[in-house]
Amino acid sequence: MEIIDFLAQNLDLLLKLTVEHISLVAVAVGLATLTGVPIGIAITQNERAANLVLYIASIIITIPSIALFGLMIPLLSTIGQGIGYLPAVIAVLLYSQLPIIRNTYTAINNVNPALREAARGIGMSPLQRLRMVEIPLAIPVIMAGVRTAVVMNIGVMAIAAYIGAGGLGVLISRGISQSDPRQLIAGALAVSILAIIADFALLRLQKRMTPRGLETA
Amino acid sequence: MIKIDNLTKIFDTPNGPVTAADNIQMEIPQGEICVLLGPSGCGKTTTLKMINRIIPPTSGRVFINGEDTSGLDTVDLRRNIGYVIQQIGLFPNMTIEENITAVPRLLGWDVNRYKARATELLEMVALDPAVFLKRYPKELSGGQQQRIGVARALAADPPVMLMDEPFGAIDPINREVIQDEFLKMQQELKKTIMFVSHDIDEAVKMANRIAIFRDGRLVQYDTPDDLLAHPKDSFVESFVGDDRALKRLRLVNVAQVMESPAPCVTPQDSLETALQQMEEHGYSHAITLVNQQQQPIGFVSKQVAQTTKGYCGEHYVGLKGLANINDDLRKIASLMFTHDSTWMPCVDDSGRLVGHISQRGITHYLGATYRRDGRQAAPYNLKLA
Repeated sequence: MEIIDFLAQNLDLLLKLTVEHISLVAVAVGLATLTGVPIGIAITQNERAANLVLYIASIIITIPSIALFGLMIPLLSTIGQGIGYLPAVIAVLLYSQLPIIRNTYTAINNVNPALREAARGIGMSPLQRLRMVEIPLAIPVIMAGVRTAVVMNIGVMAIAAYIGAGGLGVLISRGISQSDPRQLIAGALAVSILAIIADFALLRLQKRMTPRGLETA
Repeated sequence: MIKIDNLTKIFDTPNGPVTAADNIQMEIPQGEICVLLGPSGCGKTTTLKMINRIIPPTSGRVFINGEDTSGLDTVDLRRNIGYVIQQIGLFPNMTIEENITAVPRLLGWDVNRYKARATELLEMVALDPAVFLKRYPKELSGGQQQRIGVARALAADPPVMLMDEPFGAIDPINREVIQDEFLKMQQELKKTIMFVSHDIDEAVKMANRIAIFRDGRLVQYDTPDDLLAHPKDSFVESFVGDDRALKRLRLVNVAQVMESPAPCVTPQDSLETALQQMEEHGYSHAITLVNQQQQPIGFVSKQVAQTTKGYCGEHYVGLKGLANINDDLRKIASLMFTHDSTWMPCVDDSGRLVGHISQRGITHYLGATYRRDGRQAAPYNLKLA
């Protein structure tokens, strides 16, 4: 009851923090997609490079987020951005690399060799092969990687409130420091619901982006 | 025309270099189907794939219509060669129309031209454009998919086609149908085709020439009939099979072997006339009886003619079998065995009697190749002796 009252009274704040949270994750995962997909495609050309890149991305993802934020404070302070928006975006961008790169790499690598041979045999250049055959076939798996990154990082971004990046984490951190369970629970609920909605919306998008000929039944 | 000059492929493997194709030298005349045949690992597929450089050759050259292809850009080269593979390889993300028009689109044809071409090609492979153009590959059966595979390879009307066991994954009944359709198309299109197969029956059916491969080397390159009649060594002999003489039956049709014109009697002729006719032509058993339209309806046996008086129309026996002039000898031999007969009347497409075919005639025709000077294969000398 208390929480519902709190939410009703602070709807404006909640909305503002939600928008902030979404935009942080969207920018970070958006950039991660723009870098991760090309990297994932590039490393299909060289198995050793692929192993190395995937290894590094796996290590990054094991660093606790609070530690990563801490690490970036001295590094980014040199350009006057030690806390706030930039380190938050960079951290999420780094965390997103593994699911996006790995899914892209796996999807492109798993394109049926017969299709690749047919594409070569009818005279597609490597780029045409990517554009006309391999990427369309890989889209569902790549999108699944993006989805994983988004859902995972909606949680990570909640912690970014501690370095002043804003977002729904603000409610949680205030709740803890002020010993106010209303704010804490409202923040936690909002983050969870946001993650569920994002997952659902991205699943719809993934289905829409899947070429019709690949849909099952 | 495809000319292969000293083509060699050596693969580097962890166990040392392996020669997959060893100085292959052959020429496929314009408009012919050449089937590369051999057990797996014999180098036939490697040789095929070196033509469009899916496998780059270690050395040697390929000429297409006299032009050395080693100077051509790989992508350009491939767009001018039709390519059909066993796994079919239709792009599942594209509609049938998009699949068929892939090469024309790569070549930059305008929309109206390539759309018209897709419709034309679907009709050519006996699929209704209205039904199939907007479908996706997964909605088609295996046989339908491979028809689309062939249509895609033909899209830009390339002079040369490479087919790597194209009908290997299709069930036997549909395979026969597609093979027949393909041969019919080829009669009009006259492409120069290189075709890999491991099935001697398919090779005999499809090929103008057959190239037998073994351990990376071209062992024998001959017409199907010469290959079956004169296998060069024991490997080829065992590969073409013990029943190779029977396989030759498929290569010959009735018109080539029948004796024509055929004497015959009508129902109004007397048995005396029939007997006279038989003796005149040296027939020891019977003579064909025809109706007014010259269609065979039965035969009068010599025994009856010798012992009975009357008209042919009253003493004939119904026909057991009938050969169409376009049937191949395999079918006729089978009919003869079924009906326990040594001869059969032959008719044209309107059912009129045009000749006779006999077991002796077939044997004589098939044996002609062994009587040619200097072409006597060893195993058959025994028979002649």
